[in-house]
Amino acid sequence: MNDTAFEAMRRAVVDGDADAAAAAASAAIAAGIPPLVAIDEGFMPGMKEVGAGFAAGDLFLPDMMLAARAMQRALNVLEPELQKAAVERAVAGRVVIGTVAGDIHEIGKNLVGMLLSTSGFEVHDLGVNVSPERFVAAVQEHRADIVGLSALLTTTMTGQRTIIAALQAAGLRPPVKVMVGGAPVTGAWASEIGADGYSEDAMGAVELAKRLVGAGEAAR
Amino acid sequence: MSPDVAAAVSPAVVGGIRVEALDAEAVARIHEATLDVIETVGVRFPSERALDLWEAAGATVDRGAEVVRAPRALIERALATAPAAYPLAARDPRLDLPLDGRHVYAATDGCGIEVADLATGERRPSGVADVAEIARLADALDEVAFHWIPVSAQDRPAPSRSLHELLACWANSTKHVQTESIVTAPEARAAIEMAAAIAGGRDALRARPVLSMMQCTTSPLGQDGGSVDAALEAAAAGIPVGFMTMASAAFTSPTSLAGTLVVGNAEVVAALALLQIAAPGCPVYYAAAQTAIDLRSGAYTGGGPEDFLFGAATNQLADFYRVPLSMGAFATGAKAPDWQAGVENALSAFLASAVGSDMLLGLGLLNGSRIWSHEQLLLDAEIFSIVRAMLRGIPVDDASLALDVIASVGPAGDYLTAPHTRRHMRELWRPRFMDRRPMGVVEAEGGGPRAWANAKARELLATHVPEPLEPLLAAELSRIVHGREREAGVETAPTIVEATAAAGAGR
Ligand code: B12
Repeated sequence: MNDTAFEAMRRAVVDGDADAAAAAASAAIAAGIPPLVAIDEGFMPGMKEVGAGFAAGDLFLPDMMLAARAMQRALNVLEPELQKAAVERAVAGRVVIGTVAGDIHEIGKNLVGMLLSTSGFEVHDLGVNVSPERFVAAVQEHRADIVGLSALLTTTMTGQRTIIAALQAAGLRPPVKVMVGGAPVTGAWASEIGADGYSEDAMGAVELAKRLVGAGEAAR
Repeated sequence: MSPDVAAAVSPAVVGGIRVEALDAEAVARIHEATLDVIETVGVRFPSERALDLWEAAGATVDRGAEVVRAPRALIERALATAPAAYPLAARDPRLDLPLDGRHVYAATDGCGIEVADLATGERRPSGVADVAEIARLADALDEVAFHWIPVSAQDRPAPSRSLHELLACWANSTKHVQTESIVTAPEARAAIEMAAAIAGGRDALRARPVLSMMQCTTSPLGQDGGSVDAALEAAAAGIPVGFMTMASAAFTSPTSLAGTLVVGNAEVVAALALLQIAAPGCPVYYAAAQTAIDLRSGAYTGGGPEDFLFGAATNQLADFYRVPLSMGAFATGAKAPDWQAGVENALSAFLASAVGSDMLLGLGLLNGSRIWSHEQLLLDAEIFSIVRAMLRGIPVDDASLALDVIASVGPAGDYLTAPHTRRHMRELWRPRFMDRRPMGVVEAEGGGPRAWANAKARELLATHVPEPLEPLLAAELSRIVHGREREAGVETAPTIVEATAAAGAGR
């Protein structure tokens, strides 16, 4: 009978139906299915299916976004149960992301954040026009492993350097890793300002983030 | 280098071809839907100055969310004071551009980040010298009627960068300059002061604005606060200013094309209404560069059938509001001057021109407005020259029916040597960069459109010397730039005219 429950979870994610995902998560709790089992055998297979469909070119960005949102709603329902059971869901890493001060471009940053969260990262999106102070505070608050800095303007990309300095001054660097991106940003710029990595698209950002947390782990 | 003939402008004249993407009923429905959106959903204006103006005018203002909901009567009343026609003035008055609904004026694209080097083809970050060089090259092309700031002067301090760029354009061209890089009130004030120095005072500037500004809206249904404040400065000074929606179907606006038009229209109409509330009668324009995103990457595409249709539809909206339109075209996502660049730029330029967009942006950038290419500028200019020729349409009159010649040549003759041919042959369009050589010659000689465009760019840069700024005026403009630097607390950096003078003195 768990099979029909898992099927409902998978379907909810594939359909991108957040209400159905939340309902399936509640039903799992009521049926006594352990939350981690619901995630691994119910919701995650849906995510994988959507990821495969996207990779094959049959599904598009909106499919991915909706699946991610459904997954998130289910996780929100399951989170208190996880805490009660004192199990911590394994996250690939904690990421604080935002667009730097003076810059309001958000589309690319949103995509990077979305893809990171569907890839198992816990993502805290600070929005656009974010001051260095807010980045520092968020890194402390969320115990972030990685900070993602988006800048789309040649006038604001220097803000990435300022934020790295602010993290340094707050004694957060290392261990916190910094990755940068946005239209005018290049690998050369990333090394010039002492960032740990750069990617020109969201897929690459996920690979990079995985590498950066891997490196952080190894160093510990 | 020796001075050559004055720069010239040859716009496309509208009328020879008619294209219509929306009928009158469709325009009316979009307008109704737009007013409904502004009144019930609202538009975000994150600017205290703007919110105060809206509130005083009778709109409902949600200070927390910074959202304005304005009754339709307020919007309609405000828009009614916008002038339908006015000029974009140039340093050289012969190059003034009357925005009268009958001409299509093309301009360079703007705010590029890298430059494809003319000699090596390699990409490098753009600097103030690139701005100067591109302005000089564009000054030599009659297809380019005015300038956008083509690339960013990344070697100048951020708070004064837009002013360094502006000065580099004025110092290297006598044509009108429109900025899309001034997004704060202090920069706007300094730019207006510079423009007033060129025009000969504030009143003279109002009559002959040698500067205009373009701001972006933030879809969906929002504005950038700095941009709105800068626009309010322009409106107060009587400098033409427009708002450009870049609503992107399926990401920042509905996937349906009509829905995207409504969202973008609400953003632009609300912004223009605000400017009219602030300064009734100030010259404003509609600007647009809607797109449909790439469904795989979310990228702004700048080409594709949806974009071309937006180009055809938007001038009908601007006409409905009786304001000029500046339409984004030539926005190819291609990485090099290639087939994709040709297809995207030809179709976007044609549709936006055929409907009579007053201003047409922008020549020269590749990779979604990021990489400047001199070659692409010249190839885009060729595309515009084709469009310009098509817009002449097919005049039918006694002279063009040419019955006399037809009779005199008779059946089985040829028209090659008919005097009529010699008289009129120069009316036919002639290419500069199309490769019409026989195959064998191409194989033997090589070359081709890109190589020729490259050679032409070098030739123009080696020979074209625009009328320089008067030294006293140049010094005054530099002083204003440095004033802004001191105000912003950054070190002063030499303007392009100071840098050039220093290099000359050092020789
Ligand atoms: C859409 C757009 C806008 C929209 C933004 C809407 C929004 N809600 O975000 C609007 C219309 C509001 C806008 C405004 C402006 N814009 Co704009 N905009 C663009 C445009 C066309 C596309 C950007 C985009 O969304 N791309 C799609 C996404 C998916 O790609 P992306 O952002 O590059 O992100 C990807 C990667 O870069 C990377 N990435 C991004 N962030 C991060 C972060 C990390 C950590 C990592 C690892 C990776 C990463 O992954 C992303 C996903 O694949 C670009 C041109 C371009 N082709 O990039 C200009 C562009 C960035 N804008 C530009 C300019 C000049 C402006 C304005 C100043 C214009 C004006 N006069 O008002 C204002 C700026 C206002 C401000 N204060 O910020 C210039 C900047 C040039 C320069 N020299 O600095 C550009 C290059 C266009 C141009 N040539 O004019 N813009």
